[in-house]
Amino acid sequence: MSTATEGAAPAPTARVTIDHLSRNRVVTNQVFTVLVHGAFVLALLPLVWILYSVLSQGWSLIAHASWWTNSQRNITSSVVGGGAYHAIIGTLEQALVCAVIAVPIAIFTAIYLVEYGRGRFARVVSFMVDILTGVPSIVAALFIYAVWVTTFHFQRVGFAVSLALVLLMIPVVVRSTEEMLKLVPNELREASYALGVPKWKTIARIVVPTAIGGIVTGVMLGTARVMGETAPLLILAPYAAAINTNLFSGNQAALPTMIRDQFDQADQPAVDRMWAAALTLILLVLVLNVAGRFVARLSGVKR
Amino acid sequence: MATITGHSELDSSPSGDNAGANSGPGRFGDRLFSGLASGSGAIVVALIAAVAVFLVVQAVPALADNHANFFTDRVWDLSGTQIKFGIPDLLWVTVISSIIAMALAVPVAIGVALYLTMYAPKRLAQPFSYLVDLLAAVPSIVYGLWGARLLLGYYQPIQDWIAAHLGWFPLLNGNTAASTGSILLASIVLAVMILPIITAISREVFQQTPATHKEGALALGATKWEMIRTAVLPFGRPGVISAAMLGLGRALGETIAIALILSSSNGDFSFSILNGGETFASRIANNAAEFDTAKKAGAYISAGLVLFILTFVVNAIARVVIERRKAFSE
Repeated sequence: MSTATEGAAPAPTARVTIDHLSRNRVVTNQVFTVLVHGAFVLALLPLVWILYSVLSQGWSLIAHASWWTNSQRNITSSVVGGGAYHAIIGTLEQALVCAVIAVPIAIFTAIYLVEYGRGRFARVVSFMVDILTGVPSIVAALFIYAVWVTTFHFQRVGFAVSLALVLLMIPVVVRSTEEMLKLVPNELREASYALGVPKWKTIARIVVPTAIGGIVTGVMLGTARVMGETAPLLILAPYAAAINTNLFSGNQAALPTMIRDQFDQADQPAVDRMWAAALTLILLVLVLNVAGRFVARLSGVKR
Repeated sequence: MATITGHSELDSSPSGDNAGANSGPGRFGDRLFSGLASGSGAIVVALIAAVAVFLVVQAVPALADNHANFFTDRVWDLSGTQIKFGIPDLLWVTVISSIIAMALAVPVAIGVALYLTMYAPKRLAQPFSYLVDLLAAVPSIVYGLWGARLLLGYYQPIQDWIAAHLGWFPLLNGNTAASTGSILLASIVLAVMILPIITAISREVFQQTPATHKEGALALGATKWEMIRTAVLPFGRPGVISAAMLGLGRALGETIAIALILSSSNGDFSFSILNGGETFASRIANNAAEFDTAKKAGAYISAGLVLFILTFVVNAIARVVIERRKAFSE
């Protein structure tokens, strides 16, 4: 780039004003200003496009009460009607059970990393959390398949999906909890120790409550992430058009597999249901997301 | 659940016996709490180990029974008694689509991160970065619908033009007749999907540029762009590289969006990115119903194992790069 040499050469006059910038430098500066603004607009384009088209094509169906109360049982692709209740219940159940298993492990891991972890083992744990962040959801699903189906010969059920989601949720919650615990001022810990409070009680009564807002946010964002995961569902929980609330037996529907199921049909009623299911999923995820950030804002760690 | 290593058991169980013997009322609680904490850490380590062990153990019998070369033969036939499977075409499609996605996403992500940290009005920077983060919240299956049902119509003329005018180049030697998704289309959607991760990390490192560097550059008469080029970008480079690698790792493992967009062409293999194909993840997902025998499942699990190793290496590199930056800047 030619500006490098020009930038180094001082202007001959003693007083350099903005007018003396060479045309080349001014143009380069303006070009990059435009490019940077353009990049931002370009990044938001898909978001707006996706939200607009899903909303406009899915709205009419989810506005009906029957969408939230009926399943797809006995409804073929060319027939209008039915709802997503069976899929919503499956998604919520699987995500909830996943959170119940993953959150304690994740929070204690974060406590370990921030409050206890020193030396090699702590570095290994931190490294493994990073690796877990990068494990593709399909690999997590294959792992659970290898354990659940091939090794123990259990059926493919909703609970197996929850187990696969645990692997995907732990790193999200560990990282966000870790960040929050690090924000808790050391003075609080020291004040507590000075009063003779043991370490575990300091963590349980002082450190965690101070950071609880951020921890809740992390849990909600993690839950939102696993709700939209499709790969574990494809491997571990075949779609069912009827309502099944039992995580331990039978096929269970979830919103992503319902979308996948309708995607294969060419008939217009199925296409409409596909967009409506996508809108339902986006709404669930976005509501959790926005609520999570709201919690963070309400009760962030204050100095 | 996976086996928990001896570490956690050692830490948590004997604490009850020794608690009374040691002084202080808080001893037992302390032992228990630190045991729970390090036990959870051990679970995380054990999980990764278990993933590797289970995938290897279940892949080995299928690999041993494979009547084709796993790394060089372009076949995938699990129907007969003699199973044959090989991964070179899967590896090619996975790697090329992810690399193109990264190449498309990184410049835009750097631009967005610079906008959010250097150009956007102070008051709007926070809500704007939140909007970019929302891109990461959109489920990947919705990206799949977007690519396969909405973007495809706008993209097809571009592909036709490229095939007509640049078809002499082996990578772009496409079949224009196909109306289904090509590798390039999948890469574009992948690029959008990994954009928020790369942006978030780049934004963070750009923000940490020391004010003295920026002010120094401006005081020497640099324009805003020159300040960014001489102070912000060099400081943020390791962070951006690491972010790009994390994005690459995410792209390598993406499943459902690829499965919906990419047409799994059964035609002859070619190196063209204008053709269809299958990645590791989409091959596994497309054939999930076929997992009826251990041997068939083993073939897909060995493909998953290669994917796991691939993402492990990419993520480890990202981690090493960012660690080195920390050591350097502190």
